[in-house]
Amino acid sequence: MLTILKKTAIFFFIGIIVLSCSQKKDIKSEPKVPIVDFEGLQPILNLKNDTTYVVNFWATWCTPCVKEIPYLETINGEYSNKKVKVILINLDFPNHYETRLLPFIAEKKLKSKVIMLDDPNANSWINLVNPNWSGSIPATLIYNKKERRFFEKAFELDELKQIVDEMLLLNNN
Amino acid sequence: MKKTMLTLSLVIVTVTLTFSQGYKIGDKVADFKLKNIDGKMVSLADFKDAKGYVVIFTCNHCPYAIAYEDRIIALHNKYASKGYPVVAINPNDPAAQPQDSYEKMIERANEKKFPFVYLFDEGQKVYPVFGATRTPHVYLVNKKGKDMVVEYIGTIDDNYKEAKEVKETYLTNAIDALIAGKKLAVTETKAIGCSIKVKK
Repeated sequence: MLTILKKTAIFFFIGIIVLSCSQKKDIKSEPKVPIVDFEGLQPILNLKNDTTYVVNFWATWCTPCVKEIPYLETINGEYSNKKVKVILINLDFPNHYETRLLPFIAEKKLKSKVIMLDDPNANSWINLVNPNWSGSIPATLIYNKKERRFFEKAFELDELKQIVDEMLLLNNN
Repeated sequence: MKKTMLTLSLVIVTVTLTFSQGYKIGDKVADFKLKNIDGKMVSLADFKDAKGYVVIFTCNHCPYAIAYEDRIIALHNKYASKGYPVVAINPNDPAAQPQDSYEKMIERANEKKFPFVYLFDEGQKVYPVFGATRTPHVYLVNKKGKDMVVEYIGTIDDNYKEAKEVKETYLTNAIDALIAGKKLAVTETKAIGCSIKVKK
């Protein structure tokens, strides 16, 4: 009798452990800032819906990138009701995820979606973002279902707004 | 007359296009004169025994450039004696990126004991001629008679992050092919890098 009780208790325990582990795993697989390889990123560069996406490639150590991030944040906020979404693709080294990227996001209170791209064989994927991209950052892909535009440069806010406005006009016509 | 004008304008257009886009594979390289970290002015022609040059636009501040420093040193140590020395050029304007000043270049070269020349593109006149856009950005140049010809443009290998995990050594493959007199399997590659810093 005792052994049966013991066995049931053990099973119960194992059950709880397995359940809690799998729950933890679920949380881990959906972190606030996901780390993906290019295969994982590619669908985000090719979404087909009503939204206009502003996909910016950047890193915390890249001075011109950091300078234009507030402009991208402005777009993400001011244009949110116009179906515009900013996605910040971070290219910091993965060992700086905890020490640089997460503190940067917290300090700047970033509202835009951030994804870390960890795929060191850039020669295999740069052309798939845009064939005209030589590989320098900052670089920005702006796209919707009607139009794709690519910029290998840092923006000023006015210029970025103007381009997003043009893209919205194209999308709605 | 009309024809001449047309040809002339075509030539001008072609020249401007070539100039603004930089060198392509097969283009002839124009020599330049830039200040090395030892204070001396250096030209490609100064390397009397060279069969070619591994021109690398690189700098102090860029994490990608830093990640490749040891590999560039190893590359020079292996290939300079075979006729292909590294010619490193810092293309950044220190007014836009203070870490890439001439003084800081000397500091970094001493720290890392660079065995190659490390030239400063003062006034940023040379990098646009090559068409470099980022650091690091490699142009492998080969001597053909009196000409210096671009044979390979791109990255050093396929893993900036981890030298141990490199699978494709694009640049050394290209140099080995030149030495062996073989056709290059890959002539152009791309990599993520830091944009060349220009003061606005």
